[in-house]
Amino acid sequence: MKITVTINGADRTAEVEPRTLLVDFIRTNLGMTGTHIGCDTTSCGACTVIMDGKPVKSCTILAVQADGHELRTVEGLKHNGALHPIQLAFKEHHGLQCGFCTPGMMLVGASLIDRNPDVTEEEIRWGISGNICRCTGYQNIVKSIQAAGATLKEAAKETSA
Amino acid sequence: MYPASFQYSAPTTVDETVALLAEIGDDGRVLAGGQSLLPMMKLRLAAPAHLVDINGVGGLGDITVNGGLQIGALVRHADIVGNDTVASASPLIAATAPWVADPLVRNRGTVCGSIAHCDPEGDWNSVMLALGAEVLVQGPDGERTISIDDFVVDFFTNSLQPGEMVTGVRVPRADARTGGAYLKLERKIGDYATVGVAVHLRTGDDGKITEAGIGLTSVGHKNLKAADAESMLVGNAPSDELFNEAAASAAATADPVSDVRGPAEYKRAVVQAYARRGLAECMNQIQEA
Repeated sequence: MKITVTINGADRTAEVEPRTLLVDFIRTNLGMTGTHIGCDTTSCGACTVIMDGKPVKSCTILAVQADGHELRTVEGLKHNGALHPIQLAFKEHHGLQCGFCTPGMMLVGASLIDRNPDVTEEEIRWGISGNICRCTGYQNIVKSIQAAGATLKEAAKETSA
Repeated sequence: MYPASFQYSAPTTVDETVALLAEIGDDGRVLAGGQSLLPMMKLRLAAPAHLVDINGVGGLGDITVNGGLQIGALVRHADIVGNDTVASASPLIAATAPWVADPLVRNRGTVCGSIAHCDPEGDWNSVMLALGAEVLVQGPDGERTISIDDFVVDFFTNSLQPGEMVTGVRVPRADARTGGAYLKLERKIGDYATVGVAVHLRTGDDGKITEAGIGLTSVGHKNLKAADAESMLVGNAPSDELFNEAAASAAATADPVSDVRGPAEYKRAVVQAYARRGLAECMNQIQEA
């Protein structure tokens, strides 16, 4: 089947089998390997992408189901060559060690602070509960997301001032 | 992991979907959120020859309140979380949604898909059994409703006939005389329940219990209705003694097996404790209303 998705703002068309998983389509057909395959059983969240504004697990969606839909992957966080506040915060606050869960953590974090830059620690911990990290103990991931929220808030203040 | 090959269709109306399902017969499966079906297909525990994707079907994403609360087949678990309409029409439904899977799965998975899947470890069917839900179904012969008691047949088995699909689910509205609770023990967020107990109560003018519903998760070959406990409660004045007896009866209905989540006798004890707590919580809600 021929499908077209809008991924990080660009339309991409490809021929896929119905059983092709969205994560494999992104990695293999589109050659974008920022989206990871971890558990492959809907548990770990390493394959998280934003579909129509909501974070979902791309190992548990068929590529054909994304036909005509809008996707954002970790490659799409950067804006005009500048890192997204969530990326800067993960770097600044050591929000990663091995980096495997990081694309998913950053996308979920970005969607949490998009909705509410003042997101509390508790809300963050619930919010990332579908994403597993085996290195950090989550402490610095939570800190990073909170810091990125603060940056967003600061930026909004400056724009409105 | 890849699922086995299948044919894929994406109809845009319920009529088209039903016609397609009737034509395909037993080898067809409806794909809604896919958060249970696709993992099973990837593990080759399921291998339908034809998937009928209803995500593009119009009119199935609505949450409406009239006589009862009606949830369409494409309403995601996440649509229920924090939804004020649901919270006032059925606090029990609202309180259950955050316990289902994890936030990312909830963005995709559907309430009705979970109901139709009939996984005995699924949360929704216990709540639906406690509330006395009706499943709205459309098939080649038109629409019908199936009571949840008749819908949940067995391990991963519902009572849909070939060509039929679930279009929604309806539960009675809550009011000041009702209380509801879903208590779930899980090892970690996103895990299936070790044990889940859903409780619903209604009291009459004289304070006596007029309706009682208790549904059990992960302690049987399907979500179980604790019918003996329910009939023990109805017609009686609520009391600690009555709740203790009913909770013991619910534990006797449970038929757990020992597995990685714990030994059977432990799970049975949790059913009893949760049923007792759930009943007390229902009464708290009624007294505070």
